[in-house]
Amino acid sequence: MTRGFKSIETKHYEERDAFFAGLARVSRRSFLKLAGVSAGIALGKGLVTPHGFQLVEMADAAERFTFAYISDTHLYPRALNDRFVRAILKAVDDVNNLQPQPDFVLMGGDLAQLGRKAELDLGRDILKAVKAPIRMMVGEHDWFLDMGEYWKSLFGPEHYSFDHKGVHFVTIMSVQEKDFWTERGLKPEERMQIVAGLDNGIQSRFEVGEAGREWLKNDLTKVDKKTPLVVFSHSPLYKYYRPWNFWTEDADEVQAILRPFEHVTVIHGHTHQLLTNRIDDIHFHGMLSTAWPWPYAPEGLPKITIQQNRADPFDQFDGCGDGSVDVMESGLVDALYNLWDRNPMTVRASYVTSNGAQDTPPRTKLPSY
Amino acid sequence: MTPMTTRALLALPVLTLGGLVLAQSRGALPRHDAPASPSGNLTVALCDGETVAEVPGVKEGETPTPAQAHAVADRLMDEWRRKHPDVAWDGDPVRLAQALPSEGGPQGAPAAAERAKEGVTTPGAAAARGATAGGAGGLPSGPQGAVQEGHTYGAFAPRDERIWQAETEKFVKEGHDVFHDAKAFGGTIGVSCDMCHPDAANTHPETYPKFQVQLGRVALLRDMINWCIQNPTRGKPLADDDPRLKAMEAYILAQRKGAALEFGKH
Repeated sequence: MTRGFKSIETKHYEERDAFFAGLARVSRRSFLKLAGVSAGIALGKGLVTPHGFQLVEMADAAERFTFAYISDTHLYPRALNDRFVRAILKAVDDVNNLQPQPDFVLMGGDLAQLGRKAELDLGRDILKAVKAPIRMMVGEHDWFLDMGEYWKSLFGPEHYSFDHKGVHFVTIMSVQEKDFWTERGLKPEERMQIVAGLDNGIQSRFEVGEAGREWLKNDLTKVDKKTPLVVFSHSPLYKYYRPWNFWTEDADEVQAILRPFEHVTVIHGHTHQLLTNRIDDIHFHGMLSTAWPWPYAPEGLPKITIQQNRADPFDQFDGCGDGSVDVMESGLVDALYNLWDRNPMTVRASYVTSNGAQDTPPRTKLPSY
Repeated sequence: MTPMTTRALLALPVLTLGGLVLAQSRGALPRHDAPASPSGNLTVALCDGETVAEVPGVKEGETPTPAQAHAVADRLMDEWRRKHPDVAWDGDPVRLAQALPSEGGPQGAPAAAERAKEGVTTPGAAAARGATAGGAGGLPSGPQGAVQEGHTYGAFAPRDERIWQAETEKFVKEGHDVFHDAKAFGGTIGVSCDMCHPDAANTHPETYPKFQVQLGRVALLRDMINWCIQNPTRGKPLADDDPRLKAMEAYILAQRKGAALEFGKH
């Protein structure tokens, strides 16, 4: 072999090794600078190649930080149902094995199935094993046995906000319901059982409610409109399918409160499926459940949602999973769906911003019936 | 009271499951019992419950040859036609417009109409004409308002139809209740069918029977219902004639009203 000749593979691996060696030496901030510089050099040399390991990512598409989520675990007491316990434990393993570790882990609501103390205690104990800090959100399954009393005693208030690395986070309780139980003389257990079902017409529609909206307005008065905003809600803060409560009745009012902000992303639970929407400039991403996948609703599916492949009922974990969210320098997010037993899927901010024109995730091979 | 009637009465009480009462378990179905022949020959009854014929040379308990069976069926039919001389008889099966084979998608129907205009008559084109002209496909239209008096349901009024409808809906409702209650179908871990299949979504009964790849064999809807009862909900499979299984099938099918039958679809 000619001295000095390097095969494509050798060059590729050398570039790759140099890239990772370099990465280990730079902090995230200097990485961003480096990204800009190396992109400039590449442009100057006329060497813009689609492959190779030059640091050509522009700062806007770089991430500030990552958080992970576990959602809709629907725990029964351990002695009754070990199936759902196995699923949340799998999710805890997933987030604990993330390298680097996420800045925090969001629990997206519906920790319990029927809001009982034994279920919430079990969930709290399991989540203690998560290495990163946990942020809790309440779901209707946690709430309607005692109207949130025990959940709040364990995890704190149902609405709260915090700032993290220049992003304002809001967790809002969006699954209030108008009183359908007093007139019917329902016991708390009966009320809970009704709310736990999706396809009954007895319960009311989810809403943030007037008090919640007031709280949200108040919280946001002190936040600059240019500050990126990430909102956590259990129900989607838009109107997808009313009969199943894939729906927030006062979504329009809530969106009006969020609209003045330049970069708003809503991360929601409840729908147990890969779900993507954009209304004006607000981006919405649904979270996966660990317990079971819901089918896509017969109508109302947002246009830019790429459906996940149909779930295999013969595999407990198929169609379920957890995920992580990269908050980018731009203030928007890339949502990674860690679908168990399948390839993960990423729904990028650029896909949503371009209304589905760019970075389209792979289409489904087996859509819903 | 004879021992026989006591046993019958014991079997009568309806099957009750945690508050659910299933209509399917009520009473016995009507039977047509052919009276025994004094000669000891095998007797066969027509489905009208009245007309009876003997099979000569075949004793009760023996099996007639195919030729003997054809002969007795022909005699029964002849007898029925003799007793009902005025009833119209469809010599050839009528083709219904909705059963037309597709002729290349949405363009199919206009193409058939085109051929009909040119005087080319195919069964499909004739039926398409019939469907638009208001008569039954393939048959000449009668005078406006003339309706044949059917025998099938006897004399019935709109009120009867409402009762039939209500009975059917009750059966579907029973299926709904079993579907939504883990205890009712014997699930042991608190998981009911609706938790994954709200409004029976994603059960696609119209695609069965089909080769169920994961089972390695052709499955019916009930095979999948039982698979789900055994696995995700950890219960025991229901017998094929279990009223709960029948009611659940009724509920699932009712939710897919209007979906085209596409057996074998994946």
